[in-house]
Amino acid sequence: MTLARLHSGLALLAQFTGEHNSLHPAGPQASGIEWLYWVVFWITFAAFVLVVAGFTRAAVRNRSSTSEMLPLVRDLEGDRRASWAVGTAVFITVLTLFAVLFMSIITGKKVEGLTSKNPVTIQITGHQWWWEAVYPNTQADQTITTANEIHVPVGKPVVILTNSADVIHSFWAPSVHGKRDLLPGYSSAFWIQIDKPGTYAGRCAEFCGLQHAHMGFSIVAEDQDTFQRWEAQQLKPAVEPNSSETVRGRQVFLTHACVMCHTIRGTDAGSRMGPDLTHVGSRRMIAAETLPNTPGALAAWIIDPQRSKPGNKMAPNLLNPGDLGALVTYLGTLQ
Amino acid sequence: MLSEALFALFLTATLMLAGCKREERQLRPSPQASQVINEAQVSGLNPGANPLPGPPTPTIYEESAYAVSEGKRLFNQYNCSGCHAHGGGGIGPPLMDNYWIYGSQPENIFATIVQGRPNGMPSFRNRIPEFQVWEIVAYVRSLSGLLPSDVAPSRSDELHVKPPEQSMPKQTPVGITGAPEPSK
Ligand code: HEC
Ligand code: HEC
Ligand SMILES: [Cu+2]
Repeated sequence: MTLARLHSGLALLAQFTGEHNSLHPAGPQASGIEWLYWVVFWITFAAFVLVVAGFTRAAVRNRSSTSEMLPLVRDLEGDRRASWAVGTAVFITVLTLFAVLFMSIITGKKVEGLTSKNPVTIQITGHQWWWEAVYPNTQADQTITTANEIHVPVGKPVVILTNSADVIHSFWAPSVHGKRDLLPGYSSAFWIQIDKPGTYAGRCAEFCGLQHAHMGFSIVAEDQDTFQRWEAQQLKPAVEPNSSETVRGRQVFLTHACVMCHTIRGTDAGSRMGPDLTHVGSRRMIAAETLPNTPGALAAWIIDPQRSKPGNKMAPNLLNPGDLGALVTYLGTLQ
Repeated sequence: MLSEALFALFLTATLMLAGCKREERQLRPSPQASQVINEAQVSGLNPGANPLPGPPTPTIYEESAYAVSEGKRLFNQYNCSGCHAHGGGGIGPPLMDNYWIYGSQPENIFATIVQGRPNGMPSFRNRIPEFQVWEIVAYVRSLSGLLPSDVAPSRSDELHVKPPEQSMPKQTPVGITGAPEPSK
């Protein structure tokens, strides 16, 4: 009873650590990992309590002053009991470690054990310092390319394929799955499933250079209809500008350095060095969850990206205020 | 006595390390260096020996290992390698040899990239910010060993098809070049 209360108290405490939390599982894999966490926690907690109790008992019981010499006694019976006690303790420790190892393997198997005939597949590629997400399809025009904001249908197994464009990164959304390393030149895959709709935060969990700390992403889990609507929207080419302001904005984009690094599908800009901007207006955040996607933040980012993310791979762009305003308006229309 | 001398030596070495330009990283280039080069081209042809009168060559790029490695990254990402391979040439001439059509000086190469050259080298005017052009210039020069080996890149991420830039022997530029022809 009190144990249960202590448990829920601890879980409550864990809530104050924010949205990035492995104790708030949103799917079967994260639940498995959370279960293992609590098992290990309670085992080590019990060991801790036992050790402290043993020490306290020994400290309280035999109090003799240091000035008297301790008598040398031959206590065969006591020696035998001591060997038994130590032997049992070692045995229990080894047994417990094996039990934990066993549970850890079981959890590992459970975490890997999802299958589905026709799952949503997402290729995640780590870049210094943002995430490219491609929903591959055999037809090029049915392929979605986006960045940092990953949408998945709720309650369905999803395959994540991983790779890296430069150095080792690690894909970690604690409410969804454990850490998975992204190795350059090496593809691997794992399953995720999210059962509760919502937005789940993720981070890079392997130091990857100057802006490692600003390399976030989010997973948006939504019901099948919303997900399909999102997919259909992302598959469209970029919105055509429909006012003189947005026409000017596109012109600015296409005549400056932007085209060397970004894609806007349906225009001449086709470089994949930076995030695909075809639907940048639909994203909640920009620059790998560093800034909100508001006109002000967008303008500040375009003029001086090295201010909020020093060292990132986007170069500063000196634009006059008129051009910048038009450009920001245009990017905002790219829903 | 000896240990004191050793300590002093160690201290000086450490202090000198701190002053080492090689490790300097300029993460926020000056506004002027962020500008994309946009001045009007004077004539269609620009023989190599006459570089643009443009900005004075900033040497910081040739002294910083970071700038040169950024140049190497951009050389691939801006697809210079699509025409020049990893320096060995293809559609464009090799850049790791000592023969220069339009000059080997930083200003010459800067002009080549910004203005383009008539036989198929596209112009990157208005496309690449100035500091990145200088980074690429520094890297292009490292391809034929024109940079000190302590700043030239020491390895490649892709399959090695040639020795790293750091191990390229320094070559004496020849050709129609801004640099003097070697006297025979
Ligand atoms: C040298 C290459 C380069 C140039 C030139 C460049 N960008 Fe970027 N851009 C990037 C990279 C790389 C990122 C990702 C940065 C990060 O998050 O670390 C980025 C991120 C962005 C983002 C945020 C996208 C997102 O979803 O997070 C926007 C918007 C953007 N750039 C707009 C522009 C515009 C507009 C221009 C031209 C005025 C431009 N960029 C020029 C490389 C470039
Ligand atoms: C479309 C193919 C193409 C691309 C892309 C290209 N080049 Fe070239 N480049 C050429 C050709 C062709 C020439 C020879 C031009 C001539 O002889 O007039 C050349 C010439 C040069 C030269 C002059 C060599 C000399 O001997 O003087 C340099 C330097 C150079 N390119 C660097 C670059 C850099 C740096 C980039 C990337 C920013 C680049 N090139 C991108 C095709 C290309
Ligand atoms: Cu990282």
